[in-house]
Amino acid sequence: MSAGSLAEHLRLACRYAGVSVRSQLQYRASFVMLALSQFVVTAIEFVGIWALFLRFGSLRGWTLAEVAVLYGMVHVSFALAEAAGRGFDLFPGCVRMGDFDRILLRPRSTVFQIAVQEFQIMRLGRFTQGVAALAWGAAAVHAVWTVVGVLAVAIGVATGAAIFYALFVLQGTLAFWTVETLEIMNTVTYGGTEAAQYPLSIYRGWLRTLFTFVVPLACANYLPAGWVFGRADAPGLPVLIVCPVVGAAFLGVCLWLWRFGEKRYVSTGN
Amino acid sequence: MSLIHVRDLRKSFRVSERAPGMVGAFAGLVRRRCRIVEALAGVTFDVEAGEIVGYIGPNGAGKSTTIKVLSGILVPDSGECLVGSRVPWRDRLNHVRDLGVVFGQRTQLWWDLPVTESFDLLRAIYGVPRRDFAERRELLVELLCIGRLLNTPVRQLSLGERMRCDIAAALLHGPRILFLDEPTIGLDAPSKLAVRDFIRRLVREQGTTVILTTHDLDDIEALCTRVLLIAAGRVLMDGTLDSLRETVTHERRLTLDLTEAAEIREPGARVVYAEGSRVVLAFDPEETSAPDLVARIAARYAVRDLFIHSVPIDEIVAALYAEHAT
Amino acid sequence: MSAYAAVIGARFRVLLQYRAAAFAGFVTQIFWGWIRLMVFQAFYQSSAAPQPMSLPQVADYIWLGQAMLAMFPWNVDGEIRDMVRTGRVAYEMLRPADVYWVWFCRAVAQRTAPTLLRAVPLLALALVFFGMRTPPGAAEALWFAACLAGALLISSAVSTILNITLLWTVAGDGIARLAPSLILITSGMIVPVPFFPVPIRRVIEALPFRGVNDLPFRVYSGHIPATQAWQVLTQQLAWTMVLVLFGRWLMARGLKRMVVQGG
Repeated sequence: MSAGSLAEHLRLACRYAGVSVRSQLQYRASFVMLALSQFVVTAIEFVGIWALFLRFGSLRGWTLAEVAVLYGMVHVSFALAEAAGRGFDLFPGCVRMGDFDRILLRPRSTVFQIAVQEFQIMRLGRFTQGVAALAWGAAAVHAVWTVVGVLAVAIGVATGAAIFYALFVLQGTLAFWTVETLEIMNTVTYGGTEAAQYPLSIYRGWLRTLFTFVVPLACANYLPAGWVFGRADAPGLPVLIVCPVVGAAFLGVCLWLWRFGEKRYVSTGN
Repeated sequence: MSLIHVRDLRKSFRVSERAPGMVGAFAGLVRRRCRIVEALAGVTFDVEAGEIVGYIGPNGAGKSTTIKVLSGILVPDSGECLVGSRVPWRDRLNHVRDLGVVFGQRTQLWWDLPVTESFDLLRAIYGVPRRDFAERRELLVELLCIGRLLNTPVRQLSLGERMRCDIAAALLHGPRILFLDEPTIGLDAPSKLAVRDFIRRLVREQGTTVILTTHDLDDIEALCTRVLLIAAGRVLMDGTLDSLRETVTHERRLTLDLTEAAEIREPGARVVYAEGSRVVLAFDPEETSAPDLVARIAARYAVRDLFIHSVPIDEIVAALYAEHAT
Repeated sequence: MSAYAAVIGARFRVLLQYRAAAFAGFVTQIFWGWIRLMVFQAFYQSSAAPQPMSLPQVADYIWLGQAMLAMFPWNVDGEIRDMVRTGRVAYEMLRPADVYWVWFCRAVAQRTAPTLLRAVPLLALALVFFGMRTPPGAAEALWFAACLAGALLISSAVSTILNITLLWTVAGDGIARLAPSLILITSGMIVPVPFFPVPIRRVIEALPFRGVNDLPFRVYSGHIPATQAWQVLTQQLAWTMVLVLFGRWLMARGLKRMVVQGG
């Protein structure tokens, strides 16, 4: 961060967000269509899950309602990250068109400028269907919802959002080296969402390890929800503390890696 | 100590190449070939505060590379560079706070927003105190005549209007130094004049230092007392326009408007151009005196009008470029 | 005809430039395949009730789905979208070739080149390491190949229709975005069609899209016996014809509309 208080940066971020949202609302019909199509595209997945539960009845002890909670949590997380992290998504284009030079010419941290560039409201599509699934699942589940339980879900969603956001930052950082790497990151973001829709316990070792220790999506929904449903893989783990800490640390590392990309850019002139 | 101090700047780039055709495409899967391009091969110059310097050179000569280094967005391989006693790329945040840059080809304004909102956003980004900002904004709006454009989204502006808004945007934070990269490209004549007028005034009244990179030599002629010519990564010429001219030729030109087409043959003068009733002659004033030549021509041919001028700067620069072609 | 071949060749070259993307896409699909496979394995472990397909058949289905992903009518052709937006599509009308067939061949080209690049290595890996089986017999293998061609035709026809809807700019954009996901589920990409409850299956069976994934993949594993595979091919070809005719009709209306509007 550059000189300037946190408050000042937050104010600036809000200003950018306002600008971005107003800009998108200018194309109102387009926004509605985009949000709606996003809703359908993402909801389709749940139709598949529902059909399979109709056939099989349960997934290694997990009920449809419980999986719906997992599903809802990860999609809400991802939608939040997509909305806020759009700047990094667009970053490869920014580099390719030479717009990063203009970013460097402004007296603010480059990662900050990219981060606040856009707040994409059409992600409301995925967000809404995630909330719907989460709400239905939470209501249908055979568990008593205490304040702590709700807190656990909220913390999980926030952690998931931080992790996905960190992955977008990483994706942006990779664009400093080549614009051809988008797909490998999509593997982890979309693939991660896909995998985390289901309880991580059903996967084989390497996938479980990947999403617990490398990209800690286990902290996004499986551990918090599992703890609420009394199914935690690791009982005794203070989920409410460990999950957000892990998420924040992951985000911190990804933000730190950005500076290497920037250094390369100003050395090679892109 | 001069404001901008550059010594022996060097910078090379690696450019990847691919052989053409299908074979090349498959080979590219395995290995990429690279070639080294030396963009700056030892650039040296100084610029004092308040100067307007023209920076010219053929394409690929190293102009934008130099500007990028001076802006702090590119790190050179070697050499010294100080701008206001700062090393641009080491102290980026503080350095760019005092710098304004206008790229002719791309706008820095937000496409969908009214101009005034872009300005407000820039104020917040640069952290300019509100009062200073309001004063400066008013002045710039007045000088660049963009008052009635302020509420228009940038995407609806014409090229000339956008350029003037971009120039204002680059100066809102009161930088000491202004880099202009092709600022008049694509502009119509009145806009070009407006921009040139403004820059002259800016330098005169605010003492801003301006480096102008352009292919439009009328801009150079109108604005710059000093010209740097760069080719193949080296500064070849550094001086006034007149001295630049002198290095290429001492010739002057005599343009004639005859009452009817005629072939002109005159000792001491060479026909450079002849179309219909217009003829342009070249002569060396040291060998043939101008009044003498005019008298002889007027006596021998039916001349309706005539005027004497220097060799157009375009030709001078073209000759220089050709001499040092990359 | 050589013009069409040139289009396919050019596509190949463009794709080969993006070597990192090609590799990354490859990894993505392996990843995706494994996730889906493990989910199904977990489901099968959770219930002893008989299922419409055996787990090995589902596994074959999943890997084929990943291998043939590029054949799916995902997105509209970006070039065509630009052409419509800028009005250059008018030049397409001036060319001597029949516009519909040019666009159809583009769609075919866009499906063959990337599919071949991805499918061959992916299937090789799946067969050797991931437990995918070969078809039960030569008959199944041959019918599968034929049905794959049928799938390509349907997919190209559908894709061409989506591209044509772009001529109706705003509405077309919406359709182009929504359609792939609806096609996704009705083609059996997400879940093989036999797993759906009966009412939904009825709807899916009335649509052409299962000819892109569900039917050919089940021919491969023998879930649809070789003796009945001819029905699949016939269905595919019939649907292709319907889609082509519809596409041509739609294009005529679309171009006329454009001319009228001075598009």
